[in-house]
Amino acid sequence: MAHAHHGPDYLAHHFDTPKQQYEAAKIGMWIFLAQEVLFFSGLFVAYFIFRKWYPEAWSVGSHLLNWKMGTLNTAVLLLSSFTAAMAVRAAQIGDQKGVPDKDKRKFGGQAWTGHFLLLTFVFAGAFMVVKYFEYTHKFHVGTLPGQYFGCANFECTGTMSEELVEELRAAIASAHHNAGPDLVPYHLRSFFGLYFVMTGLHGIHVLIGMGLIAWIWNKNRKGEFSAEYNTPVDNVALYWHLVDLVWIYLFPLLYLID
Amino acid sequence: MTVEAATAVPSDASHEAGDNYLTHERGLKSWLITLDHKRIGILYLASVLLAFLLGGVFAILVRTELMFKGQTLMEADTYNQMFTLHGAIMVFLFIIPSIPAALGNFILPIQLGAKDVAFPRLNLASFYIYMLGTVCLVVAIVVGEVNTGWTLYAPYSIGRNVTGAGSSVLWVTLGVFIAGFSSILTGVNFMATVHKMRAPGMHWKRLPLFIWGLYATAVIQVLATPVLAITLVLLFMEHTLSIGIFDPQLGGDPVLFQHFFWFYSHPAVYIMILPGMAVVNELIATFSHRKIFGYMFIAMSSITLALLSFLVWGHHMFASGMSEYATMVFSALTFLVAIPSGVKVFNWLATLYQGSISFASPMLYALGFIALFTIGGLTGLFLGTISTDIHLHDTYFVVAHFHYVMVGGTVFGFLGGLHYWWPKMVGKMYDEKLAKISWFLVFLGFNVTFFSQFIMGSQGMPRRYYDYLDQFQPLHMTSSGGAYILAVGFLIMAYMFYKSLRSGEKAPPNPWASAGYEWMTTSPPHPHNFEETPVITRGPYDYHLCTEEELWDGFPEDFPGEKAKA
Repeated sequence: MAHAHHGPDYLAHHFDTPKQQYEAAKIGMWIFLAQEVLFFSGLFVAYFIFRKWYPEAWSVGSHLLNWKMGTLNTAVLLLSSFTAAMAVRAAQIGDQKGVPDKDKRKFGGQAWTGHFLLLTFVFAGAFMVVKYFEYTHKFHVGTLPGQYFGCANFECTGTMSEELVEELRAAIASAHHNAGPDLVPYHLRSFFGLYFVMTGLHGIHVLIGMGLIAWIWNKNRKGEFSAEYNTPVDNVALYWHLVDLVWIYLFPLLYLID
Repeated sequence: MTVEAATAVPSDASHEAGDNYLTHERGLKSWLITLDHKRIGILYLASVLLAFLLGGVFAILVRTELMFKGQTLMEADTYNQMFTLHGAIMVFLFIIPSIPAALGNFILPIQLGAKDVAFPRLNLASFYIYMLGTVCLVVAIVVGEVNTGWTLYAPYSIGRNVTGAGSSVLWVTLGVFIAGFSSILTGVNFMATVHKMRAPGMHWKRLPLFIWGLYATAVIQVLATPVLAITLVLLFMEHTLSIGIFDPQLGGDPVLFQHFFWFYSHPAVYIMILPGMAVVNELIATFSHRKIFGYMFIAMSSITLALLSFLVWGHHMFASGMSEYATMVFSALTFLVAIPSGVKVFNWLATLYQGSISFASPMLYALGFIALFTIGGLTGLFLGTISTDIHLHDTYFVVAHFHYVMVGGTVFGFLGGLHYWWPKMVGKMYDEKLAKISWFLVFLGFNVTFFSQFIMGSQGMPRRYYDYLDQFQPLHMTSSGGAYILAVGFLIMAYMFYKSLRSGEKAPPNPWASAGYEWMTTSPPHPHNFEETPVITRGPYDYHLCTEEELWDGFPEDFPGEKAKA
């Protein structure tokens, strides 16, 4: 803008001090995260209402999900949150020029910020790969939402695939709430409706997070961050922790309730 | 902080004398990619006024159809689409962004003494997201068949297995979803701005009440709108994939849709009314020329309204199937809303008392607001009472009630603010006589249109019906006549503003002799709002602390609204 330079390069023209800029960005992110929580809240409300109405569908439904894959994904996401936090730390420490080697804090500086961001990105990708296998299996056997339940690959032929029949038999047998052997709860339709919307929206958030991580990884590579200015790393990590947190609720509520 | 100080020697040689945000850069591109909150405010203003025009045309078509029994203009199906589009456009594209996004964007940073909002790029993004939502709604109009009403109730809106709405509902859903994110991002931006961008010396008790109101609004925008967003996602999925959440044929629950919808849409009523009240605070103080009465009470009543708004959604559903205990609790909570609303009205009246009142056109809108909002608010109590609501539910009484609040309240607040800040925004005065004539016609036309609807509703005329019994003919005729008076009033107003743009007198920095901070800069403002970041040493309503120059300099002696004062 027309005003003469009034501070470091990273200071936008409408802020008076770097501190003001940092605090504004931080509070903005927290307010945005509050919005995210409310966004997912509707799904959780629907989840609890339907679970109370249709306990046997929820019980059987949770057995139709692959808890091993869910656990693996939980571990992967928790690790990614750790590496995201380490990336923030590395950026905050910055490259300690002029500090004697023995006094330098470990895993700090631009290079480590990049490494940790890359690791976070890889874990996020691993999560999506596992999710991909879970989804394709469900499409293949026909554990699908609403009117498509029992329709392998969304093609409704009137009969369920043998694999689905097998899975259902096993799930009903191990479910604590069931209406009787071989009785398939009708409301599995709603269970998988919610399962796909909840995990699907979460998956979209993971993809957006991967994009953001790639973006700040590139910014970091170009040396835009320092001990003085690292707000984008901080804020993207905040977002990433929320994405992780949502999964921390989704995993037990969908996979482990029975 | 005097006018002189604010226009002192420019800090930067590149700003020529008289440089303002309109002349600073030129050309269409400089507008379309601007990061200046003032220009974004103007972009919003132009868009919401267009949306208002479009929604108004649909309203006139609806009222013309209802003028006579039987078919007058259009088929019943077309009529259903008309009132749906009227509602959806007015609510989502006009009222919700009108004051916060258009007037707020322009005024809020100036009142804070800031150079811009906290996130200027996000601000521009919000505008384009809003435009994208608008495009989706326009596509829905072109595709046709949107006849669900603006509430999009399931199962009708799912419309696959019943003779309901077709695929155009998807466009409406998408449009509202996208426009919602524009609203959320504006809320995030404003909250961060109010927290972190205040000028030195502006502590929370010196915050103009307009900002308190917008802050309360932003809280609701951020916390309620995402719930609508997720509801629309579920509706979209239900419509395309039948996921069994809202569709009763698949074990879903349509009443759940209503709960979700009103969990947003009741707070949305406060997204609409709080900014209207916020404008009225400024108008009443400025045109009474005295310190506003009960500053903290007004500020806190905004916050209280914002919080209460989340607890009363059930009162839209007394007839939808809820437990008796729930209806009683919702009814009781609804009555609580009357307390902060009453606090505001009484504080405004107390401010008028012993003020030196000038009846300039913005003040007329403020006084109109108080009268009409009070009628709208009090009739809300009829609807919050379960037993009377069962009689009045889904009648014209409800239609009249919310038009008194939304039009008599918000639109009057918006128009009052538009008149009030017009000289600041464009740097030109308008024809006060025409403004008063159009105010009178709008006020008259509005009351004729909607008071008759109170009577019809209490006699049992259901809302949204295409046809009616003989006994309602005179009242429907009256109501439609009022709508035409209203339209004439708006046309005169449009001409008045057009004339001002063409040949209005140059506006002084402080045409209304207000103590508000935004009048301390030039009209139109400098690209950075103030030449130097102002240091705030008094409150925005401290008329007793203002110097003579601050209040009276640059005041045109022959300005009609002020003759009485001389």
